[in-house]
Amino acid sequence: MSSIDTRPAGVTGDRARPRTAARPGRPGLLARARGGLPTLVFLAPMIIVFGVFSWLPIGRAVVMSFQRTNLVSDPVWVGLANFQQVFADPQLLTAVQNTAYFAVLALLFGYPIPLVAAILMSEVRKMRGLFSALAYLPVVVPPVVAVLLWKLFYDAGEDGVFNTILGWVGIGPVAWLQDADIVMPSLVLEATWAAAGGTVIIYLAALTGVDPSLYEAAEIDGAGVWHKLWHITLPQLRGILLITFILQIIGTAQVFLEPFLFTDGGPANKTLTLLLLIYRYAFTNSLGGDYGAAAALSLLLALVLTAFSVLYFRLTRSWSSS
Amino acid sequence: MKTSRAAAAVAAAALTAVGLGACSDDEPDDGRTHITVTIDAGLEQAAIDAFQARIDQFEDANPDIAVETQEYTWTAGTFTAQLAGGTLPDVFTVPFTDGRGLIERGQIADIGDLTAALPYREDYNPNIAAAGEDPEGDMWAIPIAAYGQGLHYNRTLFEAAGLDPDAPPTTWAEIQSAAETISDETGEAGYAVMTNDNTGGWILTTVVNALGGRTEADGAATIDTPQMREALAQLQAMRWDDNSMGDNFLYDWATINQEFASGRIGMYVSGGGNYGNLFTQNALNPDDYGLTVLPLADDPNAGVLGGGTLAVVSPNAETDEQAAAVKWIDFYYMEKLTVQEAAVADAEVKAETDQPVGAPELPVFDKATYDEVQTWIAEYVNVPVEQMAPYTGQVFDQPLLNEPVTATQEVYGVLDTVVQSILTEEGADIDALLETAQAEAQAAIDAAA
Repeated sequence: MSSIDTRPAGVTGDRARPRTAARPGRPGLLARARGGLPTLVFLAPMIIVFGVFSWLPIGRAVVMSFQRTNLVSDPVWVGLANFQQVFADPQLLTAVQNTAYFAVLALLFGYPIPLVAAILMSEVRKMRGLFSALAYLPVVVPPVVAVLLWKLFYDAGEDGVFNTILGWVGIGPVAWLQDADIVMPSLVLEATWAAAGGTVIIYLAALTGVDPSLYEAAEIDGAGVWHKLWHITLPQLRGILLITFILQIIGTAQVFLEPFLFTDGGPANKTLTLLLLIYRYAFTNSLGGDYGAAAALSLLLALVLTAFSVLYFRLTRSWSSS
Repeated sequence: MKTSRAAAAVAAAALTAVGLGACSDDEPDDGRTHITVTIDAGLEQAAIDAFQARIDQFEDANPDIAVETQEYTWTAGTFTAQLAGGTLPDVFTVPFTDGRGLIERGQIADIGDLTAALPYREDYNPNIAAAGEDPEGDMWAIPIAAYGQGLHYNRTLFEAAGLDPDAPPTTWAEIQSAAETISDETGEAGYAVMTNDNTGGWILTTVVNALGGRTEADGAATIDTPQMREALAQLQAMRWDDNSMGDNFLYDWATINQEFASGRIGMYVSGGGNYGNLFTQNALNPDDYGLTVLPLADDPNAGVLGGGTLAVVSPNAETDEQAAAVKWIDFYYMEKLTVQEAAVADAEVKAETDQPVGAPELPVFDKATYDEVQTWIAEYVNVPVEQMAPYTGQVFDQPLLNEPVTATQEVYGVLDTVVQSILTEEGADIDALLETAQAEAQAAIDAAA
């Protein structure tokens, strides 16, 4: 925060702290850092770690997107050739479509389910902790283990776990991961199971923040469960809902684990997603890693997601703050 | 207060400096050349001890070299990352497929001068040596093992289906017929193919080669050929008409080995030396195992696709480290192929640690040298050689073909999609698939060139 604050007192909500008098000229870094040198020194480890392991790789990726490099030989500047290569790749459209399909399915199933589960749990009087723990349990399972477990469930044979259950009611067997029409919903089902618990906990926490007097007032006015949900619960949660929505979009646009471990993009590229395509550019290419193309597509994805996020928050600003 | 805060800040800065300092690379300055060499991941303690004993022998013979080990297993995804990250050992192994590409791009050390001095350099089978040579004929990568593709089959499933395990199929039509019988009689997959991680293209290329076709010729993709159509049409018939290929159509090398070893697959095509993995990693019952050659079409171009392993040196190795690395390759990988004492010692250790001895390979030199080595280690052979006789009795007479050299993995990847489409989409249009694959494969080859 700047030491020069020209706003009226109270805008920052920091009434107790006396304002520093304005000084002529631009203050130095040390002066601007509240606490001076010790603050900077304490910050140094974090800045170095973030710099080395986050910001530097990001900057390096941007540079690499304009180079042809296998990280062993000397890189060659190629201008926009990597981007042209990515746009000319027929698999890009497939990957975009598949990623969008995954995102839509995940939104349809994965977005409302945790909300409904959280609301139902919040209504439960007894054993709420137990239900919360059960809902959160899949999050505790390491993701790779979860996928391997679900691979057993999805065994296409008659003795697969899900097919055995379906067999009891005379359905199947279903080729969960082999059928081009079913494979993506199968991945979304597992992804929803794996991730819903975390979102449920967030919603449950948010629900505790809703003022009970609102519900009492609504009940006095004769509101039913549906009206309370629609007119109190959802409006009170909208800030959280907006955040989880954008997080879900960003998360699903970067889906990698499920298609990588379940199907490796198959059958016939039906689960090839953008992240998997980036992975293939970088690591399964006998050119010794086409890191330039991988970086170019990563950069494009980051730009699209950034633009989407900015647009989303601009469009929903009034709604979230009202 | 101010003093203590400043002291804490200094301490934090010192800790940061110490942390960063720990990242630096320290090599002991004992006057010796230090190299890191590859040891297979996941070995039993006895095998690790045996490996260490070999290191001790090497260091005794070469007191100016110190050898350290690093666990390493080649996989397509991890290898590329390790190569780029510079985290590979000084000596590591790669499949034949990758040799020429790594050489062209200078991603491995040029040890041509060092390999030229090896006493057996000129004895290599030229077909095998080519996998590790640059266009001038300098050997940058040393072939240490070779194999030809084979048809692995489950003798127990054959018997359960009323088939004679001692008379495995000798034509592709017989393979199709046997697969249908196995599937009908046992409920297991009669025949299965790999489809993932570029292995689908690898196996499809194998079958096309056996039928007399090629997927690449003179720098051009030759995907749409009569042999390719024949291979795909048969696959389509086995999947959709005969229903003899089971339920899983997303296998890679590891998972198909796993399924075969657990008795759920009647037949599949893979490297002839697969027994080691099936037995040590997947608990195959040796009694189940059978191996035969791939049926070759009556076509002068028909041949069996070969492959193998190259020992190479890291591009980061200094000159003295390169020399030490080649000495190690010569000592550890090659002596057992040329020197009786070393061959016997290696077989003895493997037998004692319950690792397979005598699994079929192709000779990297000539057949006579290979046969001689087999006589040296005969008393330690612990694999069911009789059950591999249909393979070992014929494979040396089959023409050996090398893998395509340009954009190999990319073209295999393109063909993965074709195989997966055939197996997962009923009535898949072979014409359309091949048209697309031809264009994509050519684009990959053009990009690589």
